[in-house]
Amino acid sequence: MAWVTQTLSSSLGRKVIMSLTGLFLSSFLIIHMAGNLQLFKGDNGRAFNEYTYFMTHNPLIITISYLLYTSILAHALMAYVLTRHNQASRPVKYAYSRPEANSPWPSRNMGILGTVLLLFIVIHMRTFWYEMHFGSVPMAEYDGQQYKDLYAVVKEAFSQWWYVLLYVISMAAVGFHMAHGFQSGFQSLGIRHTKYTPMIEFVGRYFFALIIPVAFAAMPIYVFLQVHGII
Amino acid sequence: MKVNLKVWRQKNSNTAGKLVEYQLDSISPEMSFLEMFDVLNGELTKKGEEIIAFDHDCREGICGSCSMYINGRAHGPQTGATTCQLHMRSFNDGDTIVVEPWRSRAFPVIKDLMVDRSAFDRVIQAGGYVSVNTGSARDANETPIPRNIADEAMDAAQCIACGACVAACKNASAMLYVAAKVSHLAVLPQGQAESVARAERMVAQMDAEGFGACSFTGACSVECPKSISLDHIARLNREYLGAKLTSTNVQG
Amino acid sequence: MKLESKIPEGPLAEKWSRHKFGLKLVNPSNKRKYDIIVVGTGLAGASAAASLAELGYNVKAFTFHDSPRRAHSIAAQGGINAAKNYQNDGDSIFRLFYDTIKGGDYRAREGNVYRLAEVSVNIIDQCVAQGVPFAREYGGLLANRSFGGAQVSRTFYARGQTGQQLLLGAYSALSRQVTTGKVKLITRTEMLDVVVEGGKARGIVTRNLITGKIESHSAHAVLICTGGYGNVFYLSTNAMNSNVTAAWRAHKRGALFANPCYTQIHPTCIPVKGDYQSKLTLMSESLRNDGRVWVPKTKEDAEKIRKGQLKATDLSEDQRDYFLERRYPSFGNLVPRDVASRNAKYVCDEGRGVASTGLAVYLDFADAIKRDGKKTIEAKYGNLFEMYEKIIDENPYETPMMIYPAVHYTMGGLWVDYNLMTTIPGLYALGEANFSDHGANRLGASALMQGLADGYFVIPYTVGDYLATIGPADKVSVENPTFKEAEQNVISMTERFLTIKGTETVDSFHKRLGHIMWEYCGMSRNAEGLKKAKAMIQDLRKEFWSNVRVMGEGDEMNQSLEHAGRVADFIELGELMVDDALARNESCGGHFREEFQTEEGEALRDDANFTYVAAWQYQGDNKPELLNKESLEFENVKLTQRSYK
Repeated sequence: MAWVTQTLSSSLGRKVIMSLTGLFLSSFLIIHMAGNLQLFKGDNGRAFNEYTYFMTHNPLIITISYLLYTSILAHALMAYVLTRHNQASRPVKYAYSRPEANSPWPSRNMGILGTVLLLFIVIHMRTFWYEMHFGSVPMAEYDGQQYKDLYAVVKEAFSQWWYVLLYVISMAAVGFHMAHGFQSGFQSLGIRHTKYTPMIEFVGRYFFALIIPVAFAAMPIYVFLQVHGII
Repeated sequence: MKVNLKVWRQKNSNTAGKLVEYQLDSISPEMSFLEMFDVLNGELTKKGEEIIAFDHDCREGICGSCSMYINGRAHGPQTGATTCQLHMRSFNDGDTIVVEPWRSRAFPVIKDLMVDRSAFDRVIQAGGYVSVNTGSARDANETPIPRNIADEAMDAAQCIACGACVAACKNASAMLYVAAKVSHLAVLPQGQAESVARAERMVAQMDAEGFGACSFTGACSVECPKSISLDHIARLNREYLGAKLTSTNVQG
Repeated sequence: MKLESKIPEGPLAEKWSRHKFGLKLVNPSNKRKYDIIVVGTGLAGASAAASLAELGYNVKAFTFHDSPRRAHSIAAQGGINAAKNYQNDGDSIFRLFYDTIKGGDYRAREGNVYRLAEVSVNIIDQCVAQGVPFAREYGGLLANRSFGGAQVSRTFYARGQTGQQLLLGAYSALSRQVTTGKVKLITRTEMLDVVVEGGKARGIVTRNLITGKIESHSAHAVLICTGGYGNVFYLSTNAMNSNVTAAWRAHKRGALFANPCYTQIHPTCIPVKGDYQSKLTLMSESLRNDGRVWVPKTKEDAEKIRKGQLKATDLSEDQRDYFLERRYPSFGNLVPRDVASRNAKYVCDEGRGVASTGLAVYLDFADAIKRDGKKTIEAKYGNLFEMYEKIIDENPYETPMMIYPAVHYTMGGLWVDYNLMTTIPGLYALGEANFSDHGANRLGASALMQGLADGYFVIPYTVGDYLATIGPADKVSVENPTFKEAEQNVISMTERFLTIKGTETVDSFHKRLGHIMWEYCGMSRNAEGLKKAKAMIQDLRKEFWSNVRVMGEGDEMNQSLEHAGRVADFIELGELMVDDALARNESCGGHFREEFQTEEGEALRDDANFTYVAAWQYQGDNKPELLNKESLEFENVKLTQRSYK
């Protein structure tokens, strides 16, 4: 099995790990966003809580969630390894450099964007995931069945303006990260074609870098406005 | 025109270097950038100072020798051109111009603006060839190669190995250089027999030389004097993954 | 000295096959007992080193560049000739042979040229097998273009970068042998002397350009593949570092130097702009297919143009002199390189040149654009127009291009026999470094052909004959006093440069030499001017050795020191070129003596007295060189006078 470790520790192999984990996380974003759209339903959280129950009890989802946690860790860890390696590749920096002349900002700052996202994920999971699994979440009853009322937690969290702001900023980071990351992930796998690459770039730029982060950012704003009776 | 230069001076690979300022008062805008350096070196000699060492040869953009990082960009502000094709008319009277050598762990500075790019040769030696002994070739027209394929191979093959891709990349990655060669031989029928081993070996050598990984920023392609496309990097990824998954080489 | 060309007997077409059969072979298992040094890694050097290593010899390949791929072969644009007859247009080995002999103005050996044409077909096969991406037709077969001096389409090309692709092919073959361990590649190292002991070449002395270390390398045979000496003119289309040093030092150790005055001047180069100019850029000859060459009819108009008071487009048709069309109605703008060059010089000498320097003529595409449309012209020459605009900053679609002739190639070089061996046994010269195949003028797309022919298909056979004759034991160690003496010579020359501490830069001496050579030994020459030039060069040489200023040290990277050594050799070579030009009382190919021209002003050969190779023998420092003549026999072609009227 020497070839496996050798391949995965080559610069190209590491990028493949980044790509596979990254694209998997991208696909998760779709599911996560679709599910969370329940927040907009205006049914005082019933749909949302039922969805939460499903997500925490379905064996397939549970399995995938562990894959997800592993992916986040692998993505972050590999990013760290690559960044260190890349920095070591230029021990003496330029006294004067103008990288903005030849490459877009997000492509050069995936590490910074990723770090922001990692911090966000920690906070996000502490607030919701941890509470859901280990905290004391109030219960809600629909059709005679008990559900953890995560919606209440959501309302509480998003009633604070600074928490909403944190989310909005983080979603901007998601946007920039995806603007480069989604299409770049395909390149690392060698998927590039005159016909299909423009499509991939389109999906990356408009769906992952724009629609998804905007939709995610709309949730805390919506809840905030609702809680405060503005809408 | 007048120019203020800040040029990297470094005695040899073992000593530290620094930016040194020079001023030139009567530069013609028609001069090439390297001719401006010739003038500067002439003045330095007359003053009894050592000349600034820099690699240069053909001065028509094809040998790939010249390699200056000028005002924050590989080969200066022009795109699709080498340092020797840059003219002083690209600058304004009184400009300050910072000139540094390529910066990369794999390209140690030899002296002043001259770096050691032998890592590039070693990457080719690892597999950038078709194994065909002299005299053993069959008639050139026996294997038709569609024009678009020949053109694609040529697009990649015209790399001049100047190292601007490495210099411009934030990771000092050599992916565009390696990809250009792998791609050139991968699209041609002549290259098929060795394509698996070639991708494996050349990438291994690239890593061993200490180049960084590819972040796909596209800087390499923008600064490449031959504007070699990022398509080739994707093809290298494809070739490499394919090679790793299919080769019988279990040792790695 | 008796010069034995060793051209084999027999019919022309069988000479090479018979000769190959007659050559001694080295048993495969014995090849590893022989060491061969290859100096230079351009087309000739890289192809030779790779091919010899494939056979099993131990090869040491030297280049002063950082990589073999930087050699100036890389800059060749147009293409490579081969008698494939893929176009079904009547080409054959004999026709390529004939065109080359005629193009060389009947001053090359029939046997050599025929062999060149014969192996040309194998070169294309070899290069394609290596993955050289030659241009192709839609059906996938190889494309050809036509070139000057030929009526068939036999030039293979890879866009405008044929030299690059061929060199990269040879470089890849060489790289493969570096990996097998059969080639030891030594970069950034310059050869500074050949070591001759017991009448045979035994090795070389080199300087490591990074550390300044002087080292000896011993071998059974040494191959000089170091290109031409066009930079003796300072300004040329050669690369900045191209030089004659390896060939010249070999010459001083006993190798005869042949036909040094044969220089090719290319008519379509971008003109010189100022005194600071370091290098000239070639524009492909193909431009003359559509461009019309002209200058103003009157000196007055030319003067105004030079001062910027008038633009080219301001002149009406009757104020223009399309001098090539006027003088050569049938060939017009497509006369051969030497004729086009000389005529441009004449009109500029008359004071009708354009550009601020007065040293340029127009190459006008206005009519072609009017006739074919801008699109067609763009498709044909777009990249050249772009290149021109990059350098001159003028748009050739709107204003006529300016061109002027420039030194491009040197047909002369070390004298070699049919086996490519110089007059020093064991010392060979390949490619542009030798004199053998182009006579007095080289046809377009033939330089690449010759470099690769020598390296891939000639030397692998002929070197074996010599090695088998001497045997593996006939080698001298680097500890031998001859090596030590040569090392000492090199060291003391370095020291001498560093201790002169004069006032003038090496570059300035080089420029002055270039001016003398260009003025008196350039496009056209005469006895009076050549005599004057000889005296000027001798003075320059004295001044150089007393007033040159080289800064820095010998034990470090020192480009000024490298340049000094090369210029010292160029000065000596320059004098020999003048001697050769003076001794050749005829005009032929690239050598035009004003005293010897037809009534129409064309080159006038003197076949009765000058059908020979002039091979010069070094006699010692500051002594006149001795002229040896190898007479040229023509059995298969009839010598005729060229006419392009």
